[in-house]
Amino acid sequence: MQCQNCTQPATVHVTEILNGQKKVKHFCPACAEKQELLKQQDKNLTAILQSVIGQHVGGKTDELSRLTCPSCGIKYMEFKAAGRCGCPEDYQVFREPLLSLLERIHRGNRHVGKVPHHAVKHAALQSELRDLRQQLRSAVEREAYEEAARLRDLIRQKENADEPQ
Amino acid sequence: MNLNSLTKTNGEWLRALGPDADIVISSRIRLARNLSSFPFTNRVNAHQKAEIETYLKGRLEAVDFEPRLSYLNLAALSTLDRLLLVERQLISRELANSEGPRGVAFAPNEIISVMVNEEDHIRLQVIRSGFSLDEAWQEADRLDDKLEEKVPYAFSEELGYLTACPTNVGTGLRASVMLHLPALVLIKQIEKVFRALQKINLAVRGLYGEGSRASGDFYQISNQVTLGKSETTIINEIRDVIPNIVNYERQARQALTRESRPLVLDRVQRAFGTLKSAAMMTSEETMDLLSSVRLGVNLGLLDDINITEVNELFIHTQPAHLQKLIGRELDSDERNSERARFLRNRLREIDPQVN
Repeated sequence: MQCQNCTQPATVHVTEILNGQKKVKHFCPACAEKQELLKQQDKNLTAILQSVIGQHVGGKTDELSRLTCPSCGIKYMEFKAAGRCGCPEDYQVFREPLLSLLERIHRGNRHVGKVPHHAVKHAALQSELRDLRQQLRSAVEREAYEEAARLRDLIRQKENADEPQ
Repeated sequence: MNLNSLTKTNGEWLRALGPDADIVISSRIRLARNLSSFPFTNRVNAHQKAEIETYLKGRLEAVDFEPRLSYLNLAALSTLDRLLLVERQLISRELANSEGPRGVAFAPNEIISVMVNEEDHIRLQVIRSGFSLDEAWQEADRLDDKLEEKVPYAFSEELGYLTACPTNVGTGLRASVMLHLPALVLIKQIEKVFRALQKINLAVRGLYGEGSRASGDFYQISNQVTLGKSETTIINEIRDVIPNIVNYERQARQALTRESRPLVLDRVQRAFGTLKSAAMMTSEETMDLLSSVRLGVNLGLLDDINITEVNELFIHTQPAHLQKLIGRELDSDERNSERARFLRNRLREIDPQVN
């Protein structure tokens, strides 16, 4: 079939329905482009598909597939394949996809049950120790040695208090 | 510890003493816990796995809790001994078949056991006879509190107890009740019960948990949701549904004795007769026949044997128990003939009129 504007082979076929009347037009790619019948990306099926997937999930999957837990080294894709987390940190690292998964499994995403009192106390102490160590580093950097010594003693004291009996 | 002595006793949960014990075999609470400072079991290296085991063994042996727990190193046991513990419901089949450092701490009455290096570092379980979920939970909660004083658990205020599998996160609680439902199976109403349970998000499994077949008409009903509900709510949801199923089974039993008494009597007596006289007996067939016998005893159709004795036969004819009782390892054909012989002898002891 020939293009209806020139003699080139027609590869673009346009079906128009106007007032219930069907009308088919045939163009070669050059003429079709002149008429702006196609957007640039539509000419390539792969590009079309990629752009569709990219818009919906591609960007996110890409981002997720690069996600790795710094603590146990598990990759998000490994977690997804096995259905098992690698370490407690994963619940933080993969938080976003995990929350929607948990919502689907449990129809809930917030713990309302028992709380282990020691663990909570322990966690508070751990974060306090992290803060103190940070302060210690900055004191050393500022060459505030007196303060650094005080902080070091405080950290030791708290660490010793936390030793399991 | 000498495991052979286990076959001479029965776990408390098998004694058929608890409430509704004619239908409710046992109530079980399982808590999944993990150490905060290690990767989960699927991602630890051999060194860490050994470290976790040594650490938890020490804590479990020293925990301020009565009854005292004694620790068994599972890696040092034979396959047969591990299977024995599976049959007694002290450890999971997964733990028995996995590799590397792992173990179980349990109390002499076998009500409490704590698995180490299962899918989670700690799997604490309490199993009681009959319908007693609340008592089981109180016991599990008490041990969990004591253990937690010494062991830093992986816990987040938002998501609760952190577990290897997201299906356990939150409370880490699996509450389950094992039911014997032969009449509902006979009148073909069991599927209806399942569908009703699935609608309210409860799972139904066979005797030995996930993926196992419901042989002997035993069914385990348990919660699936562990996050977003408190332990009490989860337990109440199961506790509230059990009486309905128990009543449904009772009605089915009454209907059977009222409308098809000769048929039921025939089934019960044939089962008892076969158990007393067969020369080869598979574990599956034994379960099915014992199920009919158990139904017969509960319906008052058979008084040659009592429920505790039937329950004991269920467990003593399992492969590992049988081999322990006979005193040597047996291949599958030998097992079937030894099982038949064991049943004949045992039933003769129970009822001397049997010949």
